[in-house]
Amino acid sequence: MPRHRELASSLLLRKVARHGLALVATVLLGGFLAAVLVRLAPGFEVDEQQLDPRLNAESVHALVQARAAQRNILSFYFHSLERAVHGDLGTSISLGQPVSTLLRNRAPLTLRLVALGLLLSWAAAMALALSAAWLRVSAYDAMTTTLSGTFLCIPAAVLALLSVLWNVPGALAIALIVFPRVHRYARNLLAKAYSLPHIITARAKGLSESRILFWHVVPVVAPQLLAVAGVSASIAVGAAIPVEALCGLAGVGQLAWQAALARDLPLLMNVTILVTLVTLLANSGADVIGHVLRSQEA
Amino acid sequence: MRLLRAMLGTRLRNNAWRTLACAVLLFVVGVSLAANWLAPAGYTKQYREAPDAAPSRQHWLGTDEIGRDRFARVLYGTRISLLLAPAAALLSTLMAALIGGLAGYLGGASARAAMAVTDLFLSLPWLFLLITVRAVMPLNVSPLASVLVTFLLLGLLGWTSAARVLCATAGSLRNSDFVRQARASGVRASRLFWVHVLPNLKPVLYAQFWISIPVFILSEANLGILGLGVAEPLPSWGSLLKELEGLVSVGDEPWKFVPLVLLVVVVTSFQFVLSEQEQAAA
Repeated sequence: MPRHRELASSLLLRKVARHGLALVATVLLGGFLAAVLVRLAPGFEVDEQQLDPRLNAESVHALVQARAAQRNILSFYFHSLERAVHGDLGTSISLGQPVSTLLRNRAPLTLRLVALGLLLSWAAAMALALSAAWLRVSAYDAMTTTLSGTFLCIPAAVLALLSVLWNVPGALAIALIVFPRVHRYARNLLAKAYSLPHIITARAKGLSESRILFWHVVPVVAPQLLAVAGVSASIAVGAAIPVEALCGLAGVGQLAWQAALARDLPLLMNVTILVTLVTLLANSGADVIGHVLRSQEA
Repeated sequence: MRLLRAMLGTRLRNNAWRTLACAVLLFVVGVSLAANWLAPAGYTKQYREAPDAAPSRQHWLGTDEIGRDRFARVLYGTRISLLLAPAAALLSTLMAALIGGLAGYLGGASARAAMAVTDLFLSLPWLFLLITVRAVMPLNVSPLASVLVTFLLLGLLGWTSAARVLCATAGSLRNSDFVRQARASGVRASRLFWVHVLPNLKPVLYAQFWISIPVFILSEANLGILGLGVAEPLPSWGSLLKELEGLVSVGDEPWKFVPLVLLVVVVTSFQFVLSEQEQAAA
């Protein structure tokens, strides 16, 4: 038994290490991709400030020199990484503030929005999916599927606009964007689990619904639901962009939006790294927890 | 017998929904193609004496804030979205077939490299990736160029998840008996891919194509609302939905929601059509 436990923990460690390596490599590549994109974008060489008639020739020359320093994408990226290791993420071109300060100020709001949105969406999706699986009334199932299907067909930006119109919190808009995706998977998973022979037998023998759910259904669907949880975190982070941009919420989503429009290279690169890091952490976390659950079952 | 009847009933019901969805899509496409006859004044004509007008006999859906007929703009916008989203879906499906199919078929290091690139794209939320890449493209381009840039971008970025599915399917085909036998008979690798592997990927390709269309329609709408989609004066569902930004209450001008209702109906219809395609691919 201890030998088996040792083997399981070494497997887990290897999995965590593999995820960690993949995470670092993907984040670095993601940042580089963002830097390349902005560098290749038309108009990168031009700085609006150069057109300011109040600036003298020396100042314009200094601006041109500053842009020239960013011309070599590789050297720019590696210098940025070197500085980032020491906690300096550079200064935003468009907002004129240190990127680390901007991220520090705005991240809590986005985290709160995304966390609340995820919580609400999962609560609604699981409540509807579970009630449909318990009741087994086709009309009710069709109704819940239609409801989630309708939200799936509405663009995220429209849901954000409607949340402004009805004066509802941005977290609810994020929840409505994530909810149909989670509901679709949860409903299918639960329907499949409830049609398993041992669960049908348990129902026929008169076991209580809660006992069937927690003892027989949850162990079957938990690993897959965890994988969906990781994906839903990524969807919620993506949804934060239109919601924050259109609802006027000063979070990282709005910052990403502003950075993209202003072609603010240092800001865009750091936001891309942050977004990649968050989504990868969510997915890797879900995968590792799923692995632990599966190994415990085994 | 009862089981057979129940299965037949479900199949008939599914077919009825699918037929209805196809009919809705054909009707919407047909009407949008007839925009030149149904709205001969065009989408740019301004009725300066009637800006922001309510629906009337002359303007069925009223006019926008600069007096352009909303019905005409909805028709022409539908045409753009419904013709170009499938074109973008075709491009992304072809890219997925080539990248994912080839990677799965070749296996080994090339598959790992292709999937690493795919994972990199998939690790970024779709909307974030789209907004970032669209924003670095030129924004002050001609309307026609903006349409092409928007949908080309959707096609060029939307292949990743389809490539993953195709890589897995091609990987399983690579180890199938008939491919092994063909390889053992001396069939060239390129012929094996084009003649034996690619045709067997068709059901998955169809499914991915149908899945991509509503995704691209919704993505264009999102970009349009955020001001990164099709440029004015060309209409698209995205730019038409941007009008909702100025609404004060839902009940005051319900006709402004017509593009949204149309978009929901069309995307729902695609969902019904593709559920059959998904079943075929499974």
